Amino acid sequence: MMILSGDPPKSRVLTLILVVIILALAATPFLFPGAKALNVAAKICVFAALVASYDLLLGYTGSVSFAHTMFYGIGSYAIAIALYGMGPNWAAVATGIVVGLPLAALLALAIGLFSLRVAAIFFAMITLAVASAFQVLASQLSWLTGGEDGRSFQLPELLRPGTVLISKNLFGFEINGRILTFYLVFAISALMILALLRVVNSPFGRVLQAIRENRFRAEALGFRTVFHLTYANCIAALVAASAGILNALWLRYAGPDTSLSFSIMLDILLMVVIGGMGTIYGAIIGATIFILAQNYLQSLMGVASKAASEAGLPLLPGLLHPDRWLLWLGLLFIASVYFFPTGVVGRLRHGRADKSAGASH
Amino acid sequence: MTDLAATDPLPKPRRDLAPILLPIALALVMIPLVGSPSTWLTLTAASLAMGMMIFIMASGLTLVFGLMDVLNFGHGAFIAVGAYIATLVFAPFVASVQADSLWVNLAVLAPAALLSMAVSGALGLVVERVLILPVYGQHLKQILMTTGGLIVAEQTLYALWGPQIIPMPLPTSLRGSFILGDVAIARYRVLAMLIGLAVFIAIQLVLNRTKLGLLIRAGVENREMVEALGYRIRRLFLGVFMTGSALAGLGGVMWALYREQVHASMSDELTVLIFVVVIIGGLGSIGGCFIGAILVAMVANYGGFLVPKLALVSNILLMVAVLMWRPRGLYAVTSR
Repeated sequence: MMILSGDPPKSRVLTLILVVIILALAATPFLFPGAKALNVAAKICVFAALVASYDLLLGYTGSVSFAHTMFYGIGSYAIAIALYGMGPNWAAVATGIVVGLPLAALLALAIGLFSLRVAAIFFAMITLAVASAFQVLASQLSWLTGGEDGRSFQLPELLRPGTVLISKNLFGFEINGRILTFYLVFAISALMILALLRVVNSPFGRVLQAIRENRFRAEALGFRTVFHLTYANCIAALVAASAGILNALWLRYAGPDTSLSFSIMLDILLMVVIGGMGTIYGAIIGATIFILAQNYLQSLMGVASKAASEAGLPLLPGLLHPDRWLLWLGLLFIASVYFFPTGVVGRLRHGRADKSAGASH
Repeated sequence: MTDLAATDPLPKPRRDLAPILLPIALALVMIPLVGSPSTWLTLTAASLAMGMMIFIMASGLTLVFGLMDVLNFGHGAFIAVGAYIATLVFAPFVASVQADSLWVNLAVLAPAALLSMAVSGALGLVVERVLILPVYGQHLKQILMTTGGLIVAEQTLYALWGPQIIPMPLPTSLRGSFILGDVAIARYRVLAMLIGLAVFIAIQLVLNRTKLGLLIRAGVENREMVEALGYRIRRLFLGVFMTGSALAGLGGVMWALYREQVHASMSDELTVLIFVVVIIGGLGSIGGCFIGAILVAMVANYGGFLVPKLALVSNILLMVAVLMWRPRGLYAVTSR
């Protein structure tokens, strides 16, 4: 209870699903051999933390930001440029963190003070414009960022796949630097999600929810809403930048497509809405569903598309083409905003509440 | 307070001229900076043409926000749909497009533009009924719904037309430039300017001189009162939304001809551009949108000529500068 900040999943099914997801992620190196499974698991960890930080903004304060990938990208690029420029050592990792995180926080502060004074819509538009300018800047300043190609780099000795920490004949599994990196990603992501749970269940988090429900009333009660919103924006930016650092460390690469593009922003939106806004747990569920779909639904769609084209159906092969998987997730997104705005988590919790209400009668 | 006798005319609101002078001042300041007058004229003409095209695309967005308090993040989709529909018309009439006669060219261009507007407008009808009607008054859900609509529309375009860039050649008679002395002004830009001005004047006339416009302006000020007077404001909303979508479609055709290519990703890029314009102009203001579009185009053209590197972030700098001066845009709509 302490570790979850007094905010348990509040649904038996949800608890079960979360436990299964977390155990599966933790045991991935042993249960599912192969590079792809490990990649998918690491991506789920990183995105769960990233989406949870976005949930702090969208779900708890009700402000839509389109600049979240910018902070994610700042983290990624900071660590990538540091390791690329200074060589694979721990000093470079530290430099990347020391430069990247404050930069993200400062930028979030500036954007927040500039645009959170006015309506939510204004904030959404400003962040969209700033993020797109940043993306253009990152791809144009190629002496620094490597342009469209991005920056590939080497990790410090300890985290490399070649480094064998515990040899195979001890447990029957080889623990190498790659697996150590995975657990690093896993542990830091888990810590960040727990920290965010702590934040949203603190008095500060309550104020954020009050602002979401009725900003004028919160202001009338004496809370300085601009301060609270900006503070939340900075925390979210810090977590996003940290997730970016983890992602770059895992991929050993930072580039516009993996860390800055607008499509990642849309992915985050989809994950948070499908998982459930304003729950933090929704981030884990949403990221898991989305990334599993991204990696495994596509091959399924490929089969369906082929079958449809062999059956000679018009239009369907194009709609079912593996590259069009986002179309179906987009439809799912609209449907979930419309029919169950509280997402999977809200649905599971709600179902339980209805049942217990029925039982008490 | 001054006393007003019953026979006195109502006091007129003070005209706010500063925003109108802004682009003119900017253009004049640029004369010595650019150096040669002929280059300056060419650049200014280019900015005006580009600004008019951006205005046509953005006008629908700001109109819809002003009247309905709905910010359509999927507005860019109508632009892309308009452009794609025009390629459908162009494809079977390649010969007419390439013919060296203005009238033959226009005989293809005009129906293509009209069809694009019709399809975008019809799509606007569907979007308003399906996506926006359930979430009137809820900003967060509107943003999410319309963003979802943008994803679906873009992916559908990819599914129907494929991911490749479709070339959209400019009709032959619109290529080349008018040469006046040593000033060259591209023909297509003159056409774009004329269409943009026509749209602006038409919108202003409808809004300020007709009963329909009176109702729309009244709706912007106070929705409940217009409804209480017995007008169906929902139908008015729908009409404005469809008009805005159709204008976006027209803008899409013009932009595609300007760039001479069509791609589904244009909806993302242009969404950002028109958002900047709408923010600069003041959400909901048509006049502000017009000036904002011209300012953005001017900064892009002059900036691209003087300091090419700066052009990348010029929009954002312009936006920051304008918002420092007037935090709610050039013309703030008071009721919002």
